[in-house]
Amino acid sequence: MTQYGFYIDVSACSGCKTCQIACKDKNNLDLGVLWRRVYEISGGDWLKRTSGAWEPRLANYYLSISCNHCEAPACLPACPTEAIFKNEDGLVLINDNKCIGCKYCEWACPYGAPQFDIASGLMTKCDLCYDYLKDSKLPSCVSSCPMRALDFGQMDVLQEKYGSNRSVYPLPRTDELKPSLVITPHAEAKLAEELSAKIVNKEETENVS
Amino acid sequence: MTSRDRRNFIRTSSILGGSLFVAPHYISSLSALQPGQKLADRLKSNGWFRLGCPSHNCGGRCILKILVQDGIISRIETDDRPNDLPEEPQLRACLKGRAYRRRQYHPDRLRYPMKRTGHRGEGKFERISWDEATSIMADEIIRVKNKYGNEALYIPYGTGSYSQTNGRWPAVRLSNLIGGSLGFYNSYSWACISKATPTVYGTSVTGNQRQDWLNSKYIIMWGWNPAEMKDGTNSDYLIKLARKNGARVVCIDPRKTMSAVALADEWIPIRPGTDVAMMSAMVFVMMDEDLLDESFISSHCQGFRSNDMPAGYKNQESYADYILGTKDSIPKTPAWAEKITGIPAETIVRIAREYATIKPAMLYQGYGMQRRAYGEQVVRAGCVLAAISGNIGIHGGWASGMALQAGGGPRWSVFPTGRNPVRARIPSFLWTEAVIRGTELTDKEGLKGTTALKSNIKFIWAVASNALINQHSNINRTSKILKDETQVEFIAVQDQFLTPTGMYADLLLPACTQLETWGLEDGWKYGEEVILMPQIVEPAFESKSDYRICAEIAKKLDVYESYTQGMDEKAWTRKLWNAFKQSRFPDLPDFETIVESNAGLHSRPVKNPKISFEDFRNNPAANPLKTASGKVEIFSTELHRLNNPKEIPPIPKYIQEWESPFDATVSRFPLQVIGPHYMGRVHSTHANVDWLKEAFPQRIFINPIDAASRNIKDGKLIKAFNDRGAVILKARITNSIMPGVISIPQGAWWQADEDGNDIGGSVNTISSERWTPLAFGNAQHTIMAEAKLYKQ
Repeated sequence: MTQYGFYIDVSACSGCKTCQIACKDKNNLDLGVLWRRVYEISGGDWLKRTSGAWEPRLANYYLSISCNHCEAPACLPACPTEAIFKNEDGLVLINDNKCIGCKYCEWACPYGAPQFDIASGLMTKCDLCYDYLKDSKLPSCVSSCPMRALDFGQMDVLQEKYGSNRSVYPLPRTDELKPSLVITPHAEAKLAEELSAKIVNKEETENVS
Repeated sequence: MTSRDRRNFIRTSSILGGSLFVAPHYISSLSALQPGQKLADRLKSNGWFRLGCPSHNCGGRCILKILVQDGIISRIETDDRPNDLPEEPQLRACLKGRAYRRRQYHPDRLRYPMKRTGHRGEGKFERISWDEATSIMADEIIRVKNKYGNEALYIPYGTGSYSQTNGRWPAVRLSNLIGGSLGFYNSYSWACISKATPTVYGTSVTGNQRQDWLNSKYIIMWGWNPAEMKDGTNSDYLIKLARKNGARVVCIDPRKTMSAVALADEWIPIRPGTDVAMMSAMVFVMMDEDLLDESFISSHCQGFRSNDMPAGYKNQESYADYILGTKDSIPKTPAWAEKITGIPAETIVRIAREYATIKPAMLYQGYGMQRRAYGEQVVRAGCVLAAISGNIGIHGGWASGMALQAGGGPRWSVFPTGRNPVRARIPSFLWTEAVIRGTELTDKEGLKGTTALKSNIKFIWAVASNALINQHSNINRTSKILKDETQVEFIAVQDQFLTPTGMYADLLLPACTQLETWGLEDGWKYGEEVILMPQIVEPAFESKSDYRICAEIAKKLDVYESYTQGMDEKAWTRKLWNAFKQSRFPDLPDFETIVESNAGLHSRPVKNPKISFEDFRNNPAANPLKTASGKVEIFSTELHRLNNPKEIPPIPKYIQEWESPFDATVSRFPLQVIGPHYMGRVHSTHANVDWLKEAFPQRIFINPIDAASRNIKDGKLIKAFNDRGAVILKARITNSIMPGVISIPQGAWWQADEDGNDIGGSVNTISSERWTPLAFGNAQHTIMAEAKLYKQ
């Protein structure tokens, strides 16, 4: 089986959300439905000198995440109607004819990938722009990135190009799920973990349907 | 953090029942725009079009690839030309261009001409015909012209639509055919930097072509934030490439901006308005440690030390005198600067050493810090640092200042507006003064072209401008001025939406978007391309292009033939395309060829980037600057003659701002407020686009330390206020802004509640109308305020 995946250069991501909007436009997503989301990671503190000068010790970066089309997706076994499946290209997809919109997949996925769509009453998610893939076009998010911080391809090719790291703080550990990601972490990622940095823009990333 | 915690880190904090947004699906808003609308057959109504992204004043110029199906835009992609090399990178559109469908098919688009029915500013209008609307316009123009003269007519600054054939240019062309109108000079963007840069260099063309950034080894982004502000499509990307090429990048800014996060190796927070203190201390270190380019100073600069002061000024304070405190007894040491800037002295020392020794180095100044009290000083100080460290006229260096592109850059206007018969001009920011006391204005307020105006402003025609209310300072004051119908007697607003400015209109003229008419553009400040913007869909409802609206008014004023010269929007676009061909781009294909090809643009690669001041550096005697001395003027005799050393010193100085954390009012208003550009908007354009508001909601950004001392919690409504007004918004607590500073991103639409509080969140509700001393520029980021929890 082929396995397609995303490369994310977290060190170069400016958090501009062009990928998020390109995705919404390509897929006609309503407000509140975010197949791709950009998390703002922030942690640390500010020390004040007696002079009034400030010495910050901070970790900040942005993390653009959609569905990672995991090798062992948590959403798949959670689906009571077997609507979720992995196809021959490694894509995790939802069969609309079987989906009952129960959100079990949303609860199971640690990445927040499956998103309830209030208009259809069904679960929806990133399909890697499968129609584009068939036309040899890149997914909409990847070709949109003004910083050229995203890439896409078969996992073995991506790993050869960018290495084998699949995670960055605070993404969940990868041993069970094996997300189809290759990640270049931001220089402040280690510090972020040390400082227990948090997602500080949750209101911008939550599926509110 | 445990594995289990991490597993749930990203998951929504709670699974919400019900829907918080009641959002119409995009199809329903499409159909809302379509009743009775028949698409003309002359437009190709299906297929992919490549064209320029609608031209707002966004700091970029990008390519969209738009799918039109049955006359409706159904998808927006971007530049996908192959290769994407640094010398000719793809012009990838940002989120605002990608979200354009939500603006194009917004249910609030202005559909019909309307006239005011209620009181001015109340926002009550009734629909009228185009015939009535253009008659009202023509009648009012003639009435005001006859009663007060042409100096009473004013077409204010505004950049909401900014292609060559749309926006305010056509209105200016029409005005110039009927005797003209009061002119203005400078802008809300660049007043201080455009005035102050030539006082040092004799020109504003101080920039290199951007590909040269890849030759730099050290880059200071000083208040410069290309990721959020753009400053040329790909400026952020090219800094990324420069860094990849080995440049160390330092960001100095009160906010840890998106640029700081994605592009910088180090971020140094600085108290707003104190940049000159740090720059001065850097010079102190460079003098102390003998790190200056002494040979360049002695051969190319005027006024660094007493021995290179101009004849007749030898006893005046030289720059070295100022830095060492020879005359004012205050040596500008890093310890002195630490107390002012909030930056540890040893950091200042280190940055001074790095900038002086890692060659070549760039000090790139942003524009926010010159939209402040005494904004002229930071421009001059930055230019001087670049010069005395020997970084001008070399590859990988940067002269700082205005930085228009070497070798000829984009042109802001090629649309022939003609000559304005009215010679009087005011600074763009002082129009409210010209309304309330125009006839009293003198050169002390920047009046040019006349010794006195014959009339106050009595007629305003705001085209693509939200600067009457939202983008001008002190909204409550402006609102009061505009509500008084004995002052400005008639206000016409021509726009695509009912903006806060539009609320003050007597007449509303609905303009179509750039996707609904023809236009073209070249790069934004930088770039080597001409971009075509063909009409791809029909104007919504009864909206018309800015050009067409002015043509209809011209008809009523009997100047139709001279206004149009027999040309429609497409014919003008062809003519302007040829104007580019005859100037910057001799290789431009024919207009018909470019239209037929659907390429959307013509561009040329930059393989050998041009740099500014190369000739001057190599031979200053043969290639003097256009300054009085022909040299880099650290000491300016021209500024000395103005005889206002406290506010306009002849050498760049740190001057404490008129609203400052160091003055007495700090007990009432202890917080500095800044209004940066916001990712989801271009100034106030796009402020109403739902996808963009979802991505970047308007918030007051506040440091946890300031929030804690005020018992402010994340997401709660807070009120930021001073004597000028109050803004009420949700708080976003963030470590990415320094303590003592809050940010209210500029451009959100002002909306007054019953108590007069602004619940839309325009920072100009609390900004000041006071202007800068030399440039007469807007100091809209110099604001002191307090913030507290807002309780209903």
